[in-house]
Amino acid sequence: MEVMLTAGLSLATLPVAILLGGLLSGIDRRLTARLQSRQGPPLSQPFFDVLKLLAKERVVTNPWQAFAPVTALGSAALALVLFAAQGDLLVILFVHLVGGVFLVLGALASGSPYSQIAGQRELWQMFCCETLLFLIAGGLYLSTGSFRVSGATGLPAPLLFRLPLLFAAFVFALTVKMRKSPFDLAGCQHAHQELVRGVYTEYVGPHLGLLEIAHWLEVVLYLAVGSLFWATGWGMVLLPLAAFLAVIVLDNIAARLTWRWMLGRGWGVAFVLAAVNLFWLKG
Amino acid sequence: MGFVARLIGKARRSSPWLLHFDCGSCNGCDIEILACLTPVYDLERFGVVNVGNPKHADILLVTGTVNQRNRQVLAVLFEQMAKPGVVVAIGACALSGGVFREAPNVLGGVDRVIPVDVYVPGCPARPEAIIDGVLLALEKFREKE
Ligand code: SF4
Repeated sequence: MEVMLTAGLSLATLPVAILLGGLLSGIDRRLTARLQSRQGPPLSQPFFDVLKLLAKERVVTNPWQAFAPVTALGSAALALVLFAAQGDLLVILFVHLVGGVFLVLGALASGSPYSQIAGQRELWQMFCCETLLFLIAGGLYLSTGSFRVSGATGLPAPLLFRLPLLFAAFVFALTVKMRKSPFDLAGCQHAHQELVRGVYTEYVGPHLGLLEIAHWLEVVLYLAVGSLFWATGWGMVLLPLAAFLAVIVLDNIAARLTWRWMLGRGWGVAFVLAAVNLFWLKG
Repeated sequence: MGFVARLIGKARRSSPWLLHFDCGSCNGCDIEILACLTPVYDLERFGVVNVGNPKHADILLVTGTVNQRNRQVLAVLFEQMAKPGVVVAIGACALSGGVFREAPNVLGGVDRVIPVDVYVPGCPARPEAIIDGVLLALEKFREKE
């Protein structure tokens, strides 16, 4: 009975997460417009975009392009449900990884040079994000004795005080995941000339719409991981929100860097920070 | 019309993604199109996004004359747009060939090659007129339903 209840409640988080993801994307566009002294679209804009895409004509040049979006959405949704059920963070990360791999497979299945370049960059981006998230899972284990999400709740002091450097690494991973400058290398909205739309270039209409929803869910999942750093009271909401807003401001003041920079300096520094934090916890 | 159909119609009219193709214009009209996206006119308040990919576009903005060399490109771009989509011709050149209409390689306006839904006159067309044209194009979605 209790299992059923947990499962039902966890499934119920999905529509909430979709609403939240779309709203965050709306806030992002509105805030960006304001920072550029424009008025910007209404907050509901992302929902209209996705609805329009879902109702457009299906154009498939390669079966992978039809299969990949469904897998990406399914994996992001499953990862979120597992998170809501307070499951094992390692399992959640592996499930979430599958979606990313299929997104890249779909992009690489087309001959378009834009998809090809962006697909390879996306692999590097996944490498950057996922390694850091696994280290965060390691930090969770060292401080609570378990990889389970539930371990972070009910601690006397927020994890942030024990994992400050890992949180810095998390903000880097969030920037990469949200495809924001300076690391919007693989699927940015604004790189028409060099990338068109990156990994999304060859996905059309409904498939693009599904990928958009999958991306919302991924961002929500990342923010949920961010909330583990302060898993009590309002801090649970405020800390990820602050990280989200910081990423948007950074997006507006930074120029796009190369993937070499992201890997060498960005990931390199974040990895060292995360490792120092882990050794400090152990020692 | 059912609720879902009305909702989809509203979404289409609220989320026009533009593809801008310079078919051989003097660049005057193109500068005015880009002006529409700047803070002064801010077309994004209507949900407009300037995309670089015909497959993602709902509205094709064409400037300039059609000639023997670029007619093929224009036709391919139109063909690659996922339905439903509308075409807006901008500036005297795109309407009829404009000052270049007598040139030996010029075919004339955009409607010689692809069907045009909205014509925006001017040389160059003013940003206000272009915004009017885009909003009129949104109404065309209603007719196409
Ligand atoms: S209509 Fe005038 S401004 Fe526009 S492309 Fe033609 S000549 Fe240039």
